[in-house]
Amino acid sequence: MIKVKKLTAPDLNWSEKAYLPNIFKGMGITLRHMPKKKFTVQYPEEKWVPRPGYRGAHRLNKDEQGRIKCVACEMCSAACPSNCIHIIGGVSPWDDREKYPVVFEIDMLRCIYCGMCEEACPREAIELTQIYDFAAYSREELVWDKEKLLAQFEVTKNNDYYETHTPKVVKATAVNPND
Amino acid sequence: MSDAAYNLKTDRTILNFGPQHPATHGTLRLVLELDGEVVVSAEPHIGYLHSGFEKLGEYKTYNQWVTLSDRMNYLSPLCNNIGFAQAVEKLIGMEIPERAKYVRVILAEMSRIADHMVWLGTHALDIGAFTAFLYGFQARELLYVIFEHTTGARLTTSYTRVGGLFRDVPHDFKEMTYNFLNYFPGVLKELHGLLTRNRIWVDRTRNIGYLSREDAIELGVTGPTLRGSGVEYDVRRNFPYLIYDRLDFDVPVCDDGDVYSRYLVRMEEVAQSMKIIKQCIDDLPDGPVSFFDQKFALPEKEKVYDTIEGLIHHFKNIMPGHGFEVPKADIYDATEAPNGELGFYLVGDGSHKAYRLRVRPPSFVNFSCFPHISKGAMVSDVVAILGSLNVIAGELDR
Ligand code: SF4
Ligand code: SF4
Repeated sequence: MIKVKKLTAPDLNWSEKAYLPNIFKGMGITLRHMPKKKFTVQYPEEKWVPRPGYRGAHRLNKDEQGRIKCVACEMCSAACPSNCIHIIGGVSPWDDREKYPVVFEIDMLRCIYCGMCEEACPREAIELTQIYDFAAYSREELVWDKEKLLAQFEVTKNNDYYETHTPKVVKATAVNPND
Repeated sequence: MSDAAYNLKTDRTILNFGPQHPATHGTLRLVLELDGEVVVSAEPHIGYLHSGFEKLGEYKTYNQWVTLSDRMNYLSPLCNNIGFAQAVEKLIGMEIPERAKYVRVILAEMSRIADHMVWLGTHALDIGAFTAFLYGFQARELLYVIFEHTTGARLTTSYTRVGGLFRDVPHDFKEMTYNFLNYFPGVLKELHGLLTRNRIWVDRTRNIGYLSREDAIELGVTGPTLRGSGVEYDVRRNFPYLIYDRLDFDVPVCDDGDVYSRYLVRMEEVAQSMKIIKQCIDDLPDGPVSFFDQKFALPEKEKVYDTIEGLIHHFKNIMPGHGFEVPKADIYDATEAPNGELGFYLVGDGSHKAYRLRVRPPSFVNFSCFPHISKGAMVSDVVAILGSLNVIAGELDR
C-alpha cells in the first residue's frame, strides 16, 4: 500500500527560539563523534583494497603453459563503448588455435572501466583487476601494450596486489559503521 | 539617515553567479539583476556541461549507452541505469526476472538515500552548517561500499543490462544491507537533531523560495520539489513500476512550498526508502538476475565456453550490426529518480541502436522554476533556493 503522508513544519518552542540551547545540543552531537574511530583512509600511506570484482586496470590472462589466452577474436573491441582496444591479429605459432594477437593495446586514458570487454570475451582472456592507482607522467605510458598487460597478470594473479605493494591496507570488508 | 539618502537613485547591478562558484555544484551560471540586496530577476544560463549524451545514443548500442547514463545524475547513477534499461525493456516488451526487479528496487532506493545525503550535506554547507555535511557523507560512504562490491565501481556503476543486471549481487549483500539499515537511523536522527529544529536553519529556509501548488504544476516540476508544494505525485505511486505496487510505504508531501518544506520532504523520503529496502531485502527471491537464455542478454559464461549455441548467441549479441533488435516503435517511460521524474523517450528503428534517444531530466525541468521562485529574494537566499532544487549539472545539460 502506497499512502500519502502529510508533513507539517514544526513550531519552535521558546528554548529553541533562544538559539543557545540548541547550539549546545548540536555541539553535544559533535562531541559524541569525537572519540569514535577515524573513518577516513590515510591515502597513500594506507590503501583501500577493493574486492575481486572491482573494475580497475586490465590484465591479459595466460593459460597453464604461460601462453597468452587471447585468440584475437576482437569481441572485446567490438563491445567496447569507448573504442579504446586496438588489436592486430596474426597466425598463431601454436597448434591449438589459429590466431593470436600480434598487437594488443588498450588506451587506459580513453577507457571508462565499464567491464564490457571482460563480459564479451569468450576465452576469459581479458579481465579487470583491483588496481586503481596507475597514474603516469605521460599519455604514451598509459597506452598499455601486450607486454604490459601480460605483466599485469603476473602481479595480480593471486589477488594480493595491494597487500604485497603497500605497507598498510584497509580491507573493504573491514568497514564497520558502528565503530 | 536623512530623507535625501532614501531618495538616492540606485542603479541595478548585474551579478554573475557561477559558472565557477562553490555553491553552484557543477557548472551552472545565473545572471542576477539586483536592486541593492534584492533579486529583481534571475536568468539561468545553461549548457556549460553539455556532453552530447542524447546524440551518442544514436551511435552506441542500447547496452553500451548504459555507461553514459551513469554520468547524467552523478549522485545516483544507479537510478539512471535502471530508468534507461526499463525504457528499453518496455520498448521490446520484455519482463525481467523477479530477483532482478527486487535488486533494482533496493539499489534505486539506496541511491536515493545517497543522493539525498549529498544534497543535504551540500545544501547545509552552502547555508553555513558544516557538520551535517560530514555525517551525511559518512553514511553515503557505506552505501558506496555496497555499490562498489555489487557493481564493481563507486560511481560509474553501469550495472543494468537490457533484460536484467550484468551480474548477481555479492554473497554478503544481505548482511551489508542489514548493517546499513541498523546504522542509518542513528545518522538520520543526528541530522534531524542538528537541523530540523535549529533556529538558524529554520530562519534561513522558512518562507524562502516559495513555489505555489498551481505554479509547480504549471511549470512541470516533479520530485521532492513538487511534493514540497503539496502535490501528491510520485511516479512510484501514480504509475507503479518494478515491484513498487507490492510495497508498503508513504509518499511525503508538505504544503508550505518553501525551502524548508522541500527539506522535510527529502528527509522523510530517506526514511521511507529505508522502509522499502527493508521489505525488499527481507524477501529477496533467489533465481537468475537476467534471462540468460533469451537472445537479448549475453548467455552465461559456462555456456559460451562449452556449447556451440552459447558461443553463437554470444557472438551474435556483440558483433557490430548483429545485436538484438528492437521494434520500430517509440516509447516514453519514466521512473522516479531522487530529483523527480526521470523519463526516457526512445525511438527504435528496428536496428540495435536507437533512432532517437531523448532524456527528460528532472533537474532541467525543476531548474526552470528558479527565475520564478527567486524573484524578490535576498542575494544570500539565492544559494539556499538553488540548493533546495538540487540541480545536477550533468543531468541538466546532458
Ligand atoms: S573496460 Fe570498457 S571502456 Fe575499458 S576497454 Fe573494456 S570495454 Fe573498453
Ligand atoms: S581478449 Fe578476448 S575478446 Fe578480446 S580479442 Fe582476445 S579473446 Fe577475443
